[in-house]
Amino acid sequence: MERREEVSRRPWYQEYLKGLWEENPIFRMLLGMCPTLAVTTSALNGLSMGLATTFVLTSTSLVVSIIRKLVPGQVRIATFTVIIATFVTVADLFLKAKFPAISKALGPYVPLIVVNCFILGRQEVFASKNPTGRSILDALGVGSGFIFALTLLGSIRELLGSGEVFGHEVIPGWHPWVVMILPAGAFLTLGFLVAAMNAIERTK
Amino acid sequence: MELLLIFVAAVLTNNFVLHYFLGICPFLGVSSRMETAVGMGLAVIFVMTLTATVTWLIYHHILVRFGLPFLEYVTFILVIASLVQIVEMFLRRFSPELYRALGIYLPLITTNCSILGLALFMVLREYDFIEGLVFGIGAGIGFTLVLTIMAGIREELAFADLPRAFRGAPITLITAGILALAFMGFSGLIRV
Repeated sequence: MERREEVSRRPWYQEYLKGLWEENPIFRMLLGMCPTLAVTTSALNGLSMGLATTFVLTSTSLVVSIIRKLVPGQVRIATFTVIIATFVTVADLFLKAKFPAISKALGPYVPLIVVNCFILGRQEVFASKNPTGRSILDALGVGSGFIFALTLLGSIRELLGSGEVFGHEVIPGWHPWVVMILPAGAFLTLGFLVAAMNAIERTK
Repeated sequence: MELLLIFVAAVLTNNFVLHYFLGICPFLGVSSRMETAVGMGLAVIFVMTLTATVTWLIYHHILVRFGLPFLEYVTFILVIASLVQIVEMFLRRFSPELYRALGIYLPLITTNCSILGLALFMVLREYDFIEGLVFGIGAGIGFTLVLTIMAGIREELAFADLPRAFRGAPITLITAGILALAFMGFSGLIRV
């Protein structure tokens, strides 16, 4: 199985920007839903999860784009997965050592970054076909889009669930909607957010 | 009794999809038709039961014995990927009907986070072998249950007159939210 090199011809800044909106993993592609829904009980958790995932995505893209010509087509998925799992182990041990509170709050969802489909997706679609510089920009762009989506979702849930954002009181005397912190709130909020993004997209 | 609790918790109160958000991608992807939902569900029950058995044995008899638990994630994902591959080859050889029925769902299971989640939870909660097995079967059945309920609802929703922005993913997510609310009714049943 011979793979063609499909080098992207976009201007370099577009490589970064496209991840924010056009190819936003959450709002446009609907990939990587599990951590998105599970850890966004507060803005801080959402942000930390976004940063951890971006770290894994960028490091993996870096390695994959360097070795892209050495990996035979048949075993590429397994290779990418092992590289991802390695960086996830690094991120997990780092969080456990330096930020035990966050590591505890995110729980098993840090190791679950391994099966976050858009990380593998970016390797398959982009990093395995493009030079290193572009691949890193692409990874950072998609990562930023992910951070943006997670922090937004986390802020909304935290705001409605406890009247706070990042632990700061925003609406004094807010009567908490407990359901927003519970699983059901995650599905509902994301559903309305995606609908809103669809509506914005259509008015363009 | 303990085993029954683990089973009921995995199916109803701590359902993988609605409580832990594991396996959302196939949940959104293959729940539009009943037939495909049942196929995916069966494949997941099958692979989950196998994964629970094999990862338990490997974790306790190889990783722990040789002091390598930090290789947990890499090992688990490789075990799951190779298991799915072996199951696929085995089915193709010995049961072509079942192979055709499960078809494309088998390879998709590798990236189904509920399988890795299962292995991780099993280690985290320190289940013994039998408990792990029951947990695996229960989680698989719970996934299938929610997936088929969702498929039933979505088949009806397909004819509903929705605002355009809500069509597709948004209404599916909102339906899942309402389903999660309904499943909260079970939460008084047991504590895990």
